[in-house]
Amino acid sequence: MRIRTAFRAWLYKEGSAYAFLSAYALLFIVFIAVPVAAAFLLSFTFFDAIQPPRFIGLGNYISLLTQDDTFMKYVLSNTIQFAVIVGPGGYALAFLLAWVLAQLPRLPRTIFALILYSPSMTAGVAMAVVWKTLFSGDQTGYLNSFLMSLGLLAEPIQWLQSPQYLMTIMIVVTLWSSMGIGFLAMLAGILDISPELYEAAAIDGLSSRWQEIFYITIPSMRPQMLFGAVMSLVGTFQAGAIGVTLSGSNPTPQYAGQLIVNHIEDYGFLRYEMGYAAAVSVVLLLMVLFFSRLATRLFATES
Amino acid sequence: MTSRWLRRYTGTQNRGINPQGFHVSQLKFYILLVPLSVLMLLPIIYIFSSAFKPPDELFAYPPRFFVLNPTLKNFTDLFSRLSISGIPISRYLFNSILVTLVTVAASILVSSAAAYALSKKRFKLKQTLFAINTVALMFVPIAVNIPRFLVIERLQLLDTFWVHVLPVLAMPVGLFLLKQFIDGIPDEVIEAAQIDGASDWWIYWRIILPMIQPALATIAILTFQSAWNNADISTLYINNESLRTLAFYLGTLTATTATGAAAVAGQGIAAAAALIMFLPNLVIFIVLQRQVMSTMSHSGLK
Repeated sequence: MRIRTAFRAWLYKEGSAYAFLSAYALLFIVFIAVPVAAAFLLSFTFFDAIQPPRFIGLGNYISLLTQDDTFMKYVLSNTIQFAVIVGPGGYALAFLLAWVLAQLPRLPRTIFALILYSPSMTAGVAMAVVWKTLFSGDQTGYLNSFLMSLGLLAEPIQWLQSPQYLMTIMIVVTLWSSMGIGFLAMLAGILDISPELYEAAAIDGLSSRWQEIFYITIPSMRPQMLFGAVMSLVGTFQAGAIGVTLSGSNPTPQYAGQLIVNHIEDYGFLRYEMGYAAAVSVVLLLMVLFFSRLATRLFATES
Repeated sequence: MTSRWLRRYTGTQNRGINPQGFHVSQLKFYILLVPLSVLMLLPIIYIFSSAFKPPDELFAYPPRFFVLNPTLKNFTDLFSRLSISGIPISRYLFNSILVTLVTVAASILVSSAAAYALSKKRFKLKQTLFAINTVALMFVPIAVNIPRFLVIERLQLLDTFWVHVLPVLAMPVGLFLLKQFIDGIPDEVIEAAQIDGASDWWIYWRIILPMIQPALATIAILTFQSAWNNADISTLYINNESLRTLAFYLGTLTATTATGAAAVAGQGIAAAAALIMFLPNLVIFIVLQRQVMSTMSHSGLK
């Protein structure tokens, strides 16, 4: 009886909150929380999708660290190279462009913002059409044809198939399409800073544009900077598909564009070593979490 | 007269953030932005231009960037063409439109209801749940593709229409942005309605939803883009060709390394399909961009 009244009281007080949350929570648990937990559990097993998973402890992690030459030699270094350039690079570029745009009147600003954002809308498949043609390996490829007409090239280069160039092209294409939602957030953040702050700073003797950026603009828009940082992090680590899309194969030619995401797909969906692939996934999730913590430290609002 | 004009546009005074009009000091920004914009736009202009190219221009040597004799042939070819398994293109297009509309509508409802509870309701787990969602912002879906596949298989969602919609509805970014936006609505508004005897659902439907329209527009754009461009779901979870989407079909057009006549026909069709994929994103964004900006600023992220 008492339990029932307690339940009634709870239902009256908090019930509607949970009712509003229920649909989202259910979908979140089923499609995000459970898969993450399952990935964690599977990473301690040998699982080939046919027989039931067999517990092997840290075996997968140990072989990842000691035996997986491809991972150590190509995947890890590729991912780091890619992430270090595209992550901070794209982020800095987004901030600078947002700052420059904020110096323009409304109409040109809107037009430029739209142009800079538009590559993010061509995500995925539509992009493959464009870039594959531009970097096409024979003499009808735009880049080859252009460089040959300038006399810089004697014969066409297999841009997308050559290990030498694939990573560079991946980085260029990803930077090109990196002005996403983080960029919009930063632009809005800059526009939102009250002009009085700048006036006050000018009176206090702040003169150069760079001082203004470092002492006023960035500190006043920490939330947007943090949001942008997290979005760019996730985007960077998610961008794995690009190498496979461009080169048309997984693994990419001589593993030149192989990123962690491709490694997971390679083991999980091509070799059916799902336990191992899950271990690699866990490593990827931990990397993203680690870097996000770092970003949060940098931009956390002091309270 | 001239001197006033000169003073107006060339004074050393910096116009600063969000200026009202043109000023000479802005020229350097235009000099930076114009070439960069051209660079950003080239691939997109290329999509437009190729979609209207007749075959001889698509394969002209040396390759030509702009179309000379635009034709609609690529589009008519695209629409008259059947995929290898005998599905007409219009079927993929219909699937894409249906999936996208349902996903956008459902995700707006699901996320905004949850955001309302997280922002305006008092309950014990509030902080914890929001913290979990914020961690999930950093979630990389590809990293858990395999367990996700197992979950979807267990739920018998493989080869159904719902597999397009359900897995993408819980969108941590969406909940995050909406919650922050609703935080900006003063509690007094809701209290006043409660005193008037309004129920929770009435408050949510009649007060919260209309007041957060800019944020809803933002979520709509985000969901639209991810649903419309999504080829993964069709690839991973669907075997029944008639349930797959246009994004998937475009992928098959570009992935097959056909040679000879097939490749020639394929490229024009692929270019036309790429344009059809790109245009809705562009239109939606242009229509809703003002709302997006105000979501990101006015109390949007705090």
